Formats: sequence, structure tokens, C-alpha cells
Amino acid sequence: MFAFIARRLVATIPVLLFVAIFVFMLLRLTPGDPAAVIAGDNATSDQVAAIRAKLGLDEPLHTQFFIWSGKALAGDFGESFFFKKTVAELIVQRIEPTAMLALCTLILAVSIAVPLGVLAAARQGGWVDRAIMGFSVLGFSVPVFVVGYLLIYLFAIQWGLLPVQGYRRIAEGFGDFIIRLILPSVTLAVIYIALISRITRASVIETLGEDYIRTARAKGLPGRTVLLRHALRNAAVPIITVIGIGIALLIGGVVVTESVYNIPGVGRLTVDAVLARDFPVIQVVILMFSFVYVLINLVIDIAYSFFDPRIRY
Amino acid sequence: MNASSVGEGRPVLDVRDLSIALPKGGDRPFAAEKVNFTVKRGEIVCLVGESGSGKSVIAQGVMGLLPKALPIAGGEAFLDGEDVAKASEARLRELRCVRMAMIFQEPMTALNPVMTCGDQIDEVLREHTQMGADERKRKIIQIFEQVRMPDPPRIYASYPHQLSGGQRQRVMIAMALVLEPDLLIADEPTTALDVTTQAQILQLIKDIQRDKGMGVLFITHDFGVVREIAHRVAVLRLGELVEMGPTDDILLRPKHPYSRMLISSVPSMHPAERPRATESKLVLRTENLTKIYGGGSLFSKGHSVKAADKVNIEIRQGESVGIVGESGSGKSTVARCIARLIDPTEGRVRLGEDDVALMPQRLLRRHRRRIQIVFQDPYRSLNPRRTVGDSIIEGPMNFGMERSEAWARARKLMETVRLDPDSLDRYPHQFSGGQRQRICIARALAMEPELLIADEAVSALDVSVQAQVLDLLDEIRQRLNLAMLFITHDLRVAAQVCHEVAVMEKGIVVEYGPVADVFLRPQHPYTKSLLAAAPGRDWEFGKFEAA
Repeated sequence: MFAFIARRLVATIPVLLFVAIFVFMLLRLTPGDPAAVIAGDNATSDQVAAIRAKLGLDEPLHTQFFIWSGKALAGDFGESFFFKKTVAELIVQRIEPTAMLALCTLILAVSIAVPLGVLAAARQGGWVDRAIMGFSVLGFSVPVFVVGYLLIYLFAIQWGLLPVQGYRRIAEGFGDFIIRLILPSVTLAVIYIALISRITRASVIETLGEDYIRTARAKGLPGRTVLLRHALRNAAVPIITVIGIGIALLIGGVVVTESVYNIPGVGRLTVDAVLARDFPVIQVVILMFSFVYVLINLVIDIAYSFFDPRIRY
Repeated sequence: MNASSVGEGRPVLDVRDLSIALPKGGDRPFAAEKVNFTVKRGEIVCLVGESGSGKSVIAQGVMGLLPKALPIAGGEAFLDGEDVAKASEARLRELRCVRMAMIFQEPMTALNPVMTCGDQIDEVLREHTQMGADERKRKIIQIFEQVRMPDPPRIYASYPHQLSGGQRQRVMIAMALVLEPDLLIADEPTTALDVTTQAQILQLIKDIQRDKGMGVLFITHDFGVVREIAHRVAVLRLGELVEMGPTDDILLRPKHPYSRMLISSVPSMHPAERPRATESKLVLRTENLTKIYGGGSLFSKGHSVKAADKVNIEIRQGESVGIVGESGSGKSTVARCIARLIDPTEGRVRLGEDDVALMPQRLLRRHRRRIQIVFQDPYRSLNPRRTVGDSIIEGPMNFGMERSEAWARARKLMETVRLDPDSLDRYPHQFSGGQRQRICIARALAMEPELLIADEAVSALDVSVQAQVLDLLDEIRQRLNLAMLFITHDLRVAAQVCHEVAVMEKGIVVEYGPVADVFLRPQHPYTKSLLAAAPGRDWEFGKFEAA
């Protein structure tokens, strides 16, 4: 098991290297000059050239890459062109809101979706099932920003129950922190609730047709025990897979939600950095996301073996 | 079996006029219709019938495990005097595993793969008794000992996938018997097992049944098993119980024509006389054919398995050679190596003048036509989204035949396998299992092969259909002077269709010779044990006495 984890972690190195090269090239090859952006509209060509030299943008590409990656390995990701801070500092500042938003969304989505899916499976074909699946279709089809503005309109503006926008750090008090996270998390969770409940339902229904479910019933076990102890655990692998995919997609969804709710997270940072052609920031953000993806995959693989003893690494 | 040891008094199970409905639009209104039978204390009653006869449905009806689509439509089923056909779900839950317990056919899938065997039995005790944790564990270890399990504490902590098929079935039996029910329902409990394991499990059920004086309702399609285990037999046909009586009466003096037909369809263990064609042309010869699985990669040292070890067999034109053995013996591996569905590790496969064993894929392609296979499962070996005609002509067209010509050949082949040529544009699901297997045979013959391999080709078929398909294969072999390789676990089938038999154990051919020698004068201890384990081996089925 430990050998497996170590092997998988080592395997992330070439992945990250490939992503690094790709991102580096992509940004350099797109038209537009960050030096010109930084210098502003009224700068002379001499001023732009000076900025370019200062940032090292006049070096050949491969030299730029080696300088950058050498420093990155030492933890120095450079300085943002736009925010005038080191990238490391920026990321550290921005990571808490995003991580908290993602975590809240995940907890919310899983704790609602899995029971809903199991319930729908147990009542297959009944009105409960149809209602849950109807909601699921709705959750899929309505875009995140529509849900977001709708919830803001109802809960914040119309009824005044929750704040409209903004973020408070957890250090500033848990109550203030959590109350501002409710709407964004719900907004973001809707589609994952739809997705995960659907998969849970399908997976549990499939498991309910297995022979060992009949055996469990032949033992005289009550329906709930059969459903939760025998069916759900056997149905876990596809559910976990989808939760994993969900987490990966979540990071994309965060960008929109952070904009709607004005949360100063990594999602907003990404948008701002892209608009400003802020290469150092974009590179690190993308690298960080890739590392998170690889990590999520690893965690999911480990989770498989926890739920199914037949899977061993 | 003698019936005098059977207890008198009120039966454990008394089924009266039990009917179970089929969904509307089926081929008949009832899965089981007005079925009457009893199981007494200390008695084993066999329900025997072909697929679709309703035998499993009746068992599930008694247990209250019927799917919603198949409701009980009438009648009673008295368990110790209590009608379980009308019992509530809550009452049925109390009775299950306590008064009536059930074991199933597939020990592979009937146990929950993510729970240890001990936990799965522990659950029964927790649900139905007040025992403490230590007492439960002692009880489970004890029942594992009773079902003759080696090392009970290890089994307790094992997951099902860590056990063999026979051990899993013992876990199932232990689970069913742990609360000493009055009635045990066994639904084809040995069908998925190897013949030697089957013999052990049958013996175990017999012994425990005698010790505890249980009534056993035993469901099977196999008259060999009936002969081994039953006190009384009920024959079912399309949901109706056509005949019931003591085992010897049914086997010797069946009254109903259906029972007579069914019993006479059982292939004999006595090998059929068939002259060998030693002078004819050699079609296939394997020389030291070896297949090793695993063996690790560059980085890790895995353990390797010799699935086939220096196998030498010869097949001549017009001759049928059988490879028999239990699961894991390597018989299918040999067939697959010969057909080059997998690559042999070593040795030669001489097909006429050519050695195809290690031939690269590029050169192999034109030899593919010469060997064709008919597989075990006719439900899965035809593409469900293509018409059977398209499936049959696909091979010849791949080798350059015009569509019209291939189609004409397909029509002819359909006649050969005795199906209607006009049904070529139908889909596989519109045919029965036996018909589908005929289509698979036609598909194989369309390539005009030199060697036809039948890999358990009749194992999934009912005994009456099996007899027809075996006759068909034999007739085709004679008419086309075809060389045939028969892979089977069923000694009766091998005895009836083969000229020569090779017996395989753990990848090695332990005995190889004319079928009469192997069956009547076996030399190797493994062959002897296989023959000794075959259920009903001492009985000549279908030799009836005048009533």
C-alpha cells in the first residue's frame, strides 16, 4: 500500500513537468505582450523594452523556462506582473476561500445526494423516485450563474436571510464565516447533488439485483439493513468515482461562483490573471490545479480499496 | 435410497395448489400452476425440470423471495402448519434462516463480496438471537467445523473471493444451517461446482440432513444428482408438476411421457462404440504445447501458473477428441492456444503442414479460417445487434467472398443445422438457447474449417436440447468428415461423442487414449476419482422397466 502511494506520487513528477512545459509554451505563444500591458497605453517603446529586459522576457524561450523552473523548485514562483506581490504570497492569500468553498460544497453535495440516491433506488419507479430524478434533471440543466443570482434574489434581497456577497476568513469568527458560505456552496452544490444522486441511484439499483442481496433477504434481514449494509457498500465504487470527477470539475465551477458572490479566491485570481496576461500567476495556478487533480485521483484509488477488499494495490 | 428412514407425521412443508403468476404478455399465464407436494421431516425431495419449468420460482415462493413481477396467485404453502404463502413480510423475516433456510446455485455471487464470511453469518445470529459477541463467534466456528471446513478461524476472517467455490458453498450451507431450520431449500447448490467438489457437497448435505432430521427441498436439473440424493422426486414441466414419486419409481418406471423423454436424454456414462479412423489424414497435432500465465514483469517477481504443460494431442479427419477436466485444469487454455486466441508460451501446434503456435499475427490471419470455435454461452457469443445472417456471412466475406454467395451458403447451413433459412434476417434474441447454439455452429461451419472446437458447447443447454445438439454435431462431423475437439467438464458428454479422450489435471494430460479405455479401464488415480465422483454413475438412465 505504501509502496503504491509512493509510486503514484513519484509518477506525478513527469505529469507536472509536462504541464509546466505546456503552460509555459502556451502562454508565450499567444499573441500580446505583458510588458506592454504593464507599461500602460502611454509608454514609449524604450520603456516597454526596459520592462521586458527587467522581467527577462527578452531571453530565448528555453532559457526563460530553465530560469523559471529552477526558481520554482526552490519555492520562488516569481512576482506577479499585475498584483506586484510574489505569486506564493498571492496564492496563500487566495487559497483559503476557495478551499473552504470547495469543502463546504463537497460535504453538502455528498451528504444530500447519497441519501437521496439510495432513497430513489429503494423506491424505484414510485413518486419519490420520480420527484428526486426530476429535481436531478433540473439541477443539471440550470446554469450555475442562474442558480446563484436566483438564490441571491430570494434569500438575500427578497427575504434578507443571508448576506448577498463577500467572504470572511474563518479566523474572524466561524458564524460570520459560515453564513457567507451558505449561498455559494448551495449554488455550487446543486449540479453535484444532481450528478451524484443519479449515479448513486443507478449503482444501488444495479447492486440490488445481485445474488447476495437475495441471500441477505433470505437471511431474514430487514429491508433497511439490506439496503445500507449490503447494497450501498457494494455500490460505492462508481459513486466514489463520480465524487472524484465532481471534485475535479468543482474547481472549474468555483471560478464562476466566486465571481457571482465576490469571493476573493483562486477562481477570481485566475480570471484576473488571465485578463491581465499575468504569466507567473497563471502558470502557478494551472500547475497547482494539475497537482490537485493528480492528488484527488490518488485519494480515490485508495478509497476504492477501503470499500472493496478485492481491490488491493 | 430407501424411503423407510423417512419420518412420519405432519410434513415440514406442505404445498397445496400453489400458483405463481407470470407478467402479462408472457408465453404462459403462470410460472407455476396448482403445484402440490410435501416434504417430510428427514426427507430429501427433488424438484427436477428444465429451465423455465418453474422449479426455482416455487422455491422462492416458499421463502417469500419472489420478485414483484411474479406474485403468488393462489394456493398455500404450509411450513410446520403455518401458511407462508400468505404470511406478512415481517413474519417471513422471522421465519427465514430460523425455520426455513435457502442455499443458492452460484457460490461466487451469492455471498457479499465486501463482508468477511464470519460477519455474514454473524449477521444472521444478531438478527435472530440474543447471543453475545463471544457466543456468536464460538457458534460460527462450530458450524464451520460441522460443514467440514479446514481452519475455521481463517475462514471466519476471509472474504469470499479468498475462498474456492466449494468453500464458498460450505459457507452458504453453514449460514443456512446455523440456526438449525426445519426446512432447507437448496436451489441447484452444486451445479456451478466441479464434479469432485459436487460429490463432497452432496455428501455433506446428505449427512447433515440425516443428523439433524431436516426436510430438504432440493432443486436440480441433473438426474445424476437426483439419483444420488433424493428420496422422492417431482418432475416439473412448464410450471406444472407432471409426476411425483419415490426416486426409484420415477427413474425406473416413469409414467408421464415427459419424464420418460427427460430421463432418456441423459447421456450414458458408458462410452459409445465408435470405430476410429486411424488411416485418415492428421489435421492437428500439438507438440509439447505449453502456456504459462504471469511470471512477473521486469520490475516485480510475480508467481507464474503453468496452465498447460507439454500437452500432446492428435486429431484426425472425421475424428472427435475430447479434453475433460475440472475448472482450472487447463482444458480451455489448450483450446484457445490451438485456435491462437491466446499465444502459447512454448511448443508447436501443427495444423496440416503449418506450425501456427508461434506464427506472427500477420501470417496467422489466413490460417484463422481453418480452425473455428463454438463457445459455451449461446446467449453471449452472438452479437445482439446483428441479424444472425450477418453474423454467419461476416467471416466468409472477410475472406473475400461475395455477399450473395455468402448468403446462399448461410441459407444452406441453416438447413444443415435444421433451422429455417428464412429466419436469417432475425436477431439472436428471437431464438431459443438451443437454436442459438445451432446458429453458432452454422457460423463456425461457414468458414469451412478443418477443425471445429466445441468449448463446453452444450454445457449451458437443457438435457433434452443438449441431446439434440450433440446428435447434430455428430452428424455434421460424419457428413463433412470434420475433425472435432470437444472441451467439456461433463464426462457423460465426452463418453457419448468422443473417439479419444484426454484427461487434464492442473495443466497436465494425465491420461489419454480411446474413450472406452479411459472410461472402463482408467489407469491414473485422478481419472478414477473423476469417474467415481460423477453423480449417478452406477445408473443407466433411460432403461425403463415395464410399468
